[in-house]
Amino acid sequence: MNRMEKVFAKGKAFIPFITAGDPSLETTEQLVLQMAAAGADLIELGIPFSDPVAEGPVIQEADARALAAGATTDKIFAMVKSIRSASQVPIALMTYMNPIFTYGIEKFMANSREAGIDAVIVPDVPYEEGEELLPYCSKYGIELISMITPTSEKRIKMIAARARGFIYCVSSLGVTGVRQEINDDVKGMISLVKEVKDIPCAVGFGISSPEQAAKMAELSDGVIVGSAIVRIIGQYGADCVPHVVEYVRRMSEAVKQEKTDI
Amino acid sequence: MLKGRFGNYGGQYIPETLMNAALELEEAYSKFKDDQEFKEELSELQRNYAGRPSLLYYAEKMTKDLGGAKIYLKREDLNHTGSHKINNVLGQVLLAKRMGKTRVIAETGAGQHGVATATAAALMEMECEIYMGKEDTDRQALNVYRMELLGAKVHTVTSGTQTLKDAVNETMREWTRRVKDTHYVLGSVMGPHPFPTIVRDFQSVIGREVKKQILEKEGRLPDALVACVGGGSNAMGLFYEFIEDKSVRLIGCEAGGHGIDTDKNAATMATGTVGIFHGMKSYFCQDRYGQIAPVYSISAGLDYPGIGPEHANLSDLGRAEYVAVTDDEAVEAFGYLSRVEGIIPAIESAHAVAYVQKLAPTMSREQIMVINLSGRGDKDVAAIARYKGVQIYE
Ligand SMILES: Cc1ncc(COP(=O)(O)O)c(C=O)c1O
Repeated sequence: MNRMEKVFAKGKAFIPFITAGDPSLETTEQLVLQMAAAGADLIELGIPFSDPVAEGPVIQEADARALAAGATTDKIFAMVKSIRSASQVPIALMTYMNPIFTYGIEKFMANSREAGIDAVIVPDVPYEEGEELLPYCSKYGIELISMITPTSEKRIKMIAARARGFIYCVSSLGVTGVRQEINDDVKGMISLVKEVKDIPCAVGFGISSPEQAAKMAELSDGVIVGSAIVRIIGQYGADCVPHVVEYVRRMSEAVKQEKTDI
Repeated sequence: MLKGRFGNYGGQYIPETLMNAALELEEAYSKFKDDQEFKEELSELQRNYAGRPSLLYYAEKMTKDLGGAKIYLKREDLNHTGSHKINNVLGQVLLAKRMGKTRVIAETGAGQHGVATATAAALMEMECEIYMGKEDTDRQALNVYRMELLGAKVHTVTSGTQTLKDAVNETMREWTRRVKDTHYVLGSVMGPHPFPTIVRDFQSVIGREVKKQILEKEGRLPDALVACVGGGSNAMGLFYEFIEDKSVRLIGCEAGGHGIDTDKNAATMATGTVGIFHGMKSYFCQDRYGQIAPVYSISAGLDYPGIGPEHANLSDLGRAEYVAVTDDEAVEAFGYLSRVEGIIPAIESAHAVAYVQKLAPTMSREQIMVINLSGRGDKDVAAIARYKGVQIYE
């Protein structure tokens, strides 16, 4: 079993997102190691981008902090390499197409593999443009994670048929950010996926409370939480690690708890 | 993957949330663009609301003063709302209406596209919200008030560099939030497919008119067409009809800011490299890790780190040339055209005028060139006064 296959092998997965280099790459490294120890099954690491059009204000600000602190794609690869000497937690890079394209798609995937990256998530590459990345993803064994959203509708089956690793189910319209209400339609979205392919589906966008996480875990195979964590990092800066770890532990427990009622 | 491509450029690099909206737009556009009723309604609006055709004016005094090629001005500044932006907006808002949308959103730099969108929304009874960078709401304050008068809600964008690029980011974010009833009226020949094609088609009326007008006046094609380039819509609108006429030079003037050897410019073709951003593959000002560079121009409408994909292709093919014009040159040309011809150009258009001041004297008196006067300069008067150290209160 490769690292990606292990993510969902033990049951429901908890997947935290953080922006690499916010507030520093040293802190990011500590966060990855300790979140893994606290129950994270896959870490989604954002490569900061100057213009993250799919992000709300919380992650936009994290990207700006990380870039101001000097994070670059090369330094992030080096950090992941260093993490790999201590941990085999699966890692997915989340970034936009321009940092990948400008770096050189092949070089990006080759260096990802060498650093020990397992997957990439590229929110501005829809199904139709995926062909540009896929040959290099498969050459270097990096999974390109597919996203489906509440507007995907007829597209879900087509997307699912080509999907690998897991499917990122975007719970709501709009950009990333904490929400009070989370769309219940994820259930319908996921059942469309499962008609085509037996592939794990993880739900993200808007989730922040253990109650929301538990509810989404019931409907899916895993839960992705970004803005709520990034907000803690923004609040505590270099001292964020224990606060984030505590939060990840609670969220991970909520995701993995056995259903008691209903 | 080959859909919506101009050579290597273009494409549809957008979040999955927007894909159905983009496909729906593509479908609606291909249905209506050849629909007789739609075409008649649009051309009626162009004639009786926007004031088309715009004049092709022989700038005799400028021609004599420069002592070279004969210079014509395509007077897009005389259109309703004061720029070429209305051509695209009337088409898109009419299309949105046919698609059953009830709300339009748009980015704006100089405010001209925002004003045009707010105008068309008022006319066609649509809700309208405009996104504009904080730096631009400051330097183009008059246009903010104008949009509000027209019933639009103006959002001041404070993220990033607080200019046009950030206004585009924010409008895209808003579109992903509310896509069902909302159409994004993109303001230039940029963004994801099908926008570069739609905007070019709606703007191509400029070049079609120029061809007819110049053949009537001169009995032959011009030797050069000159237009300023932000995203590239007024330039593409002028060039498109002439692409196959290989004897006609196509020249785009980008914002050179303080100079292309400084880091304060927005001259994408001179200083940019190929990247993928705002839904398209094209040239962008960026660093080697693909971080989009903060760009600068005195002109809010040209202050953009990218260029439309069809321009990128025309440049690669060697069919069009792109030059950089500095702030100082544009400000000088702003005054020059005002004094010599009695026409105050938009500071964006003044970039094209400035280049013609250099180029015309090198050409012969038998040669003909056309400048796209994409907009009028009223909106810029206060800012130019400030640039020259005169304090004016708008
Ligand atoms: C008068 C005028 N000209 C030119 C432009 C630049 O846009 P484009 O390159 O799409 O014509 C603008 C944009 O705001 C404008 O207002």
